[in-house]
Amino acid sequence: MTRKEVIVMRDLLGTNKQVAAEIRKELRARGILSVNLLSSPGSGKTTLLEALADRFRGRRRMAVIEGDIETERDAERIRARGVPAWQITTGGACHLEARMVGKVLGEVPADLDLLFIENVGNLVCPASFDLGEELRCVLLSSPEGDDKPKKYPQAFLTADALVLTKTDLIPHLPFDPAKAAAEALSIKPELRVFRVSALRGEGMDELAAYFVEALARLRSGHA
Amino acid sequence: MHELSLVAALFETLEEKAREHRAARITVVRLKVGKLSGAVPELLESAFETYKKGTIADGARLEIEEVPVRLRCRSCGGERLDVEGSFACLVCGGRDVELLEGRDLVVERIELEADEPPSSS
Repeated sequence: MTRKEVIVMRDLLGTNKQVAAEIRKELRARGILSVNLLSSPGSGKTTLLEALADRFRGRRRMAVIEGDIETERDAERIRARGVPAWQITTGGACHLEARMVGKVLGEVPADLDLLFIENVGNLVCPASFDLGEELRCVLLSSPEGDDKPKKYPQAFLTADALVLTKTDLIPHLPFDPAKAAAEALSIKPELRVFRVSALRGEGMDELAAYFVEALARLRSGHA
Repeated sequence: MHELSLVAALFETLEEKAREHRAARITVVRLKVGKLSGAVPELLESAFETYKKGTIADGARLEIEEVPVRLRCRSCGGERLDVEGSFACLVCGGRDVELLEGRDLVVERIELEADEPPSSS
């Protein structure tokens, strides 16, 4: 019997990163801006997508990939807005992986502008998995409290934008949006911060403009 | 609890390395887990113990080295930063910091046994 030590030095997320890089390359080549939405359950990802669907109707073509552990509910809500949606049910897994997104990619229409990927509601696990997105947005709703960024630093560290949602509830809650933003910015100074109420429409113009500008940058080759 | 997915990826690597080195079994697996990698060592350990049964690494010991967060201040070059609190530089108070280490999740090395002397490498 022989014993031996083998130096491996391999990234455990390496395969996922590879698949994600291929997805990113393909979506860039097709001129599609992809956005990965991350948040706890119930912070308003689907409601935000419904509001974006209404805003982009007739102006930009969007589609949505929905990630959930069970049910088609979120995809049905998006389809009801006239937007194509694919539901990925992970069957227990608490996050989406690049391979799951890759399987749906072939069905995505070629003439699309924006592809949103709604991750499984979870502020921890999805942060570790690159899905080949161009932008990562983390949502934090006012009822969750303004102390969350430091409790879940990885989600904020890997994000490009922070969307503070349900701002219409702020008058009723001990939630300080400036404090939440400052805490997130201390982790990631480059974060773009938006304050929106998807139900009332407040802040939606700025957020929609952010995606449209990012799409223009992508198509001019300066992503 | 995405550690089971991570361990599944780990076993893809282990099986590949075992084939490559014609190993009969893997006895030690050593991981480097960054403090900001998003993985919890205890959960990796329990996922590993569950997953290894009946595999090439059935009797293997999992060793985890936790890698602390290391940052550098882009303003003054200082490497002492307040990781638990503000993420700011402890030297100049600057907030423009660069993360050097602590996000990675790496299979560093493994130990394996072959029943016959390997014919290659």
